[in-house]
Amino acid sequence: MRYHTPASFDDAIAIAAQAEGITRFLAGGTDVLVQLRSDLVTPDDLIDIKQIPGTHDIVQNADGSWTLGIAVSGAEMTEHAGLCAAWPGLVEGMDLIGSTQVQGRATLVGNLCNGSPAADSVPGMMAAGVTVTVMGPNGTREVAVEDIPAGPGRTNLAKGELIAAVNIPARGENGGDAYQRFIPRTEMDIAVVGVGVSLRLDGDIITEARVALGAVAPTALMVPDGAAALIGSTLDDAAKARLAAAASAACNPIDDKRGTIEFRTDVAGVLACRTAQRAYDRAQGKKVAKHV
Amino acid sequence: MALDDDLKKDGFTFVGTRPKRPDGLDKVTGRAKFGADMVAPGMLHGAILRSPHAHARIKGIDTSKAEALEGVKAVVTRADFPDTVQHKPGMAGEMWNVLENVMAGEKALYDGHAVAAVAATSALIAKDALKLIEVDYEVLPHVTDVDKAMAEGAPVIREGSADRSVPEGLHPNVVRYHESGHGDVEAGFAKADLVMEDTYKTEATHQGYIEPHACLGMLGADGKGELWCTTQGHFYFQKVCAAVLGLETSQLRVTASEIGGGFGGKTTVFMEPVSLALSRKANRPVKMVMSRSEVFRATGPTASASMDIKIGMTKDGTITAAKGTYRLQGGAFPGAPADFTAMCGFAPYCLENVLQIGYDVMANRPKQAAYRAPGAPMGAFAVESVIDEMCNKLGLDPVEVRLKNAARDGTKSSYGPTWDAIGQVACLEAVKAHPHYSTPLKEGQGRGIASGFWFNHGGETSVSLALSEDGTAQISVGTPDIGGSRASMALMAAEVLGIPYENIRVTIADTATLGYNDVSHGSRVTYASGLATIKAARDAVEKLKGRAAAEWGIDPDAVTWEDGYAKPSGPNAGEFEPMHITKITGKMGRTGGPISGHFEATPEGAGVSFGTHIVDAEVDPETGKTSIIRYTVVQDAGKAIHPTYVEGQFQGGAAQGIGWALNEEYIYGEDGRLQNSIFLDYRIPVASDLPMIDTVIVEVPNPGHPYGVRGVGETGIVPPLAAVANAVSNAAGVRLKELPMSPPRILKALKDQKG
Repeated sequence: MRYHTPASFDDAIAIAAQAEGITRFLAGGTDVLVQLRSDLVTPDDLIDIKQIPGTHDIVQNADGSWTLGIAVSGAEMTEHAGLCAAWPGLVEGMDLIGSTQVQGRATLVGNLCNGSPAADSVPGMMAAGVTVTVMGPNGTREVAVEDIPAGPGRTNLAKGELIAAVNIPARGENGGDAYQRFIPRTEMDIAVVGVGVSLRLDGDIITEARVALGAVAPTALMVPDGAAALIGSTLDDAAKARLAAAASAACNPIDDKRGTIEFRTDVAGVLACRTAQRAYDRAQGKKVAKHV
Repeated sequence: MALDDDLKKDGFTFVGTRPKRPDGLDKVTGRAKFGADMVAPGMLHGAILRSPHAHARIKGIDTSKAEALEGVKAVVTRADFPDTVQHKPGMAGEMWNVLENVMAGEKALYDGHAVAAVAATSALIAKDALKLIEVDYEVLPHVTDVDKAMAEGAPVIREGSADRSVPEGLHPNVVRYHESGHGDVEAGFAKADLVMEDTYKTEATHQGYIEPHACLGMLGADGKGELWCTTQGHFYFQKVCAAVLGLETSQLRVTASEIGGGFGGKTTVFMEPVSLALSRKANRPVKMVMSRSEVFRATGPTASASMDIKIGMTKDGTITAAKGTYRLQGGAFPGAPADFTAMCGFAPYCLENVLQIGYDVMANRPKQAAYRAPGAPMGAFAVESVIDEMCNKLGLDPVEVRLKNAARDGTKSSYGPTWDAIGQVACLEAVKAHPHYSTPLKEGQGRGIASGFWFNHGGETSVSLALSEDGTAQISVGTPDIGGSRASMALMAAEVLGIPYENIRVTIADTATLGYNDVSHGSRVTYASGLATIKAARDAVEKLKGRAAAEWGIDPDAVTWEDGYAKPSGPNAGEFEPMHITKITGKMGRTGGPISGHFEATPEGAGVSFGTHIVDAEVDPETGKTSIIRYTVVQDAGKAIHPTYVEGQFQGGAAQGIGWALNEEYIYGEDGRLQNSIFLDYRIPVASDLPMIDTVIVEVPNPGHPYGVRGVGETGIVPPLAAVANAVSNAAGVRLKELPMSPPRILKALKDQKG
């Protein structure tokens, strides 16, 4: 195994593009190092990108949007008052991952590129409309988060490509977002169902909405029918029933050690409504209890 | 039977206080040495190759490529162990089972079964070498479910494993049969107003101790060896390792490390002989540390169970008859505690007609090991669930019904013996009086009550106590400290000697330093090592009195011992100033030599123990998720030597029981492989899952111990499976009959009920 510490993304790309065999990028290492130690993956080239300048920065741009470096940890996000105020749902998704110790290392991009359908930060990013900057041998492109996962453990990144930044839109007025997951315990667990919702209100009426589901299909997925069910409503019972039906219909889960198809499909609907309520309350400026 | 005619019930100075634990500073500073903390010069690292198949014939193993890898110093397979194993007293057949489990012979019997091992100069090289070992497997049909394993046509794990207890006509995987009881259950059922019969199931769970198995073995060509390991019983490990390696027992010295949890799972030898075999071949010390995945796949979880319970009750709540049939799967070897399940299930009750049957069944799973009151929690789950359902049907209070039928002093127990001084009624009265029991429930919540029973154990015990010249004492015990026993021993010795708790140091002596001691199991340590400590201290006191008597020139019988002083027993004995212990020990070298006390025995007066738990649970009807809102443990401790540790045992039993009830389980795929061999998917409760667990210590002194002690370590896990199931069933409005009561299972039960 060769361990690299490139000083720039261009250098990292050059190493990755030339590498033969198994390549892994290392930022927080909360997945890669665990896989390495448990003998699941032994990379031929391990490229440490967290030493590249700027990768630890949280920057709010002039238009209100945010740019996050790829090595920003969960703890740094939850301790950033401005980011928490703008995108509490996105931050709470990240905050649910692992223990306090893991939070000191784990990153959004690592969670996304690990390719788990149950990744907790991904539905929140999708609901928020987050994009990532992909750099590679053939140039730079901006890609929506929902277009990165290709299946369990796989991404749509090509050989030599890496994610260089996370771009979060400006929150704007009257917006709110939320992420909730179902786990059998209260913490330190992996999502059986995860739901991210972001919406905007005009008065009590929902005018914009994005709904994303995790852990119920080979990749996290957008639920446009769920968003459509919300738009134009005041999140009344009828809207919730339509949202629940859309969320359940979008599920394409498996029976496994963490839950059954039937359970995941049922709970996706239940959780979509609960998460939408939290996002709605936030959009109305109400205080919402910390996620559980 | 009373062992002592001098049962001390009150007037304690040290016993019953809550001093700091003597090993506390070591544990919080990291100074304590656990299994993986030992190193030796020239040490190699061992690793084990494990079967990926649930059941497979091993047609050949080619280790040549592994042996050729630079840094590899030894590779062992079953061929490196003796063909036959020594017979050791009390271990008929079991030594062969241990060897077969430690290293597979002709067949791999479960996913994770060891087939070869490597010792190399680094742990990484050892792991790499495993990948170079080629095993030629012929995959065989497998079975992992208990009911399927005893059904016609099930793959036979090993022909001829059944003993003579098994009736003819049963599948060869049924290897032991138990039947006990009294009266006529059919006649009893005929007298009942309500008879209920149902089937209950529990999945296997693991003890989940945080410290994985670890050891450092050294064995020379001269047959002399040293073993350092994390264990609940190093004398037992000495005996077993010697047997499976063909050594003389005394030539292998075993030292127990500090132990990071055992709960019964470290009473069994799984890996240690492999380290010694590798060491013998490499002529270097070999350290081995299991990964968590190895702990789950290849050490001993509980048995899984399938149980039929039938109970008859009159309208006033009197049980007229009770019958239980318990089928337990204990892995690919005999030993599932079906007999204990059967004997404990109805033990809390005084029954006119009772019958219990147990089947020990083999399947393609790891060899089960003891887990805190082995076998009892499953039976209690089934029995106490049926009683709860009958109380609901008849509109009766579950505590009153249990009191009405409670086992009492003089009751002939469900499995035979007649009780002497027992605490079931006292516990139930304490439950009734506890504010928890009368607190109103909120909407969506349910309350569960369940009782539990455990035998407790005595066992072979040896303790030595040596006094130092400054009047302090050092105690050597042979039972690893798994629950604060060093503190308890020091408190009991302080009580006898009349010297401060802090002046006593308790050490877990190695096998070369002390006589044989049974494993720390059966909740026996505070009872048996405690009894031996008291007797050893009394032995030393007799000698101290003798020295004082000699100085005073009076008869030793005319000397008493009080608060650390020798005193003349009365005016007739003479007028002498009380003589402090330091005055005697300070010159003991000149007055007859060092003063020590000893005691060796197999005490048989371990008092049985009962407990009853109260649980409030809330179930989310939309997701099936359970929250435990409030929990109270009431249990008879006989006499709490160190009440904080007694409470800790109560809470620990409840916490593990809650995990077993709600989310813990061994999950096998169609291929017979374990699917959740890490803590991410083997879901033990995290701290935030549990409420503060309240405790009530009931004290009905055990006449078999000088201070009335009963073991407390195991009973606490017997009621919670049932208590939680009753609370959840009452909250959800539907009876849950299978553990774990995971959210998918509860949600499905709720949907099925709606139709």
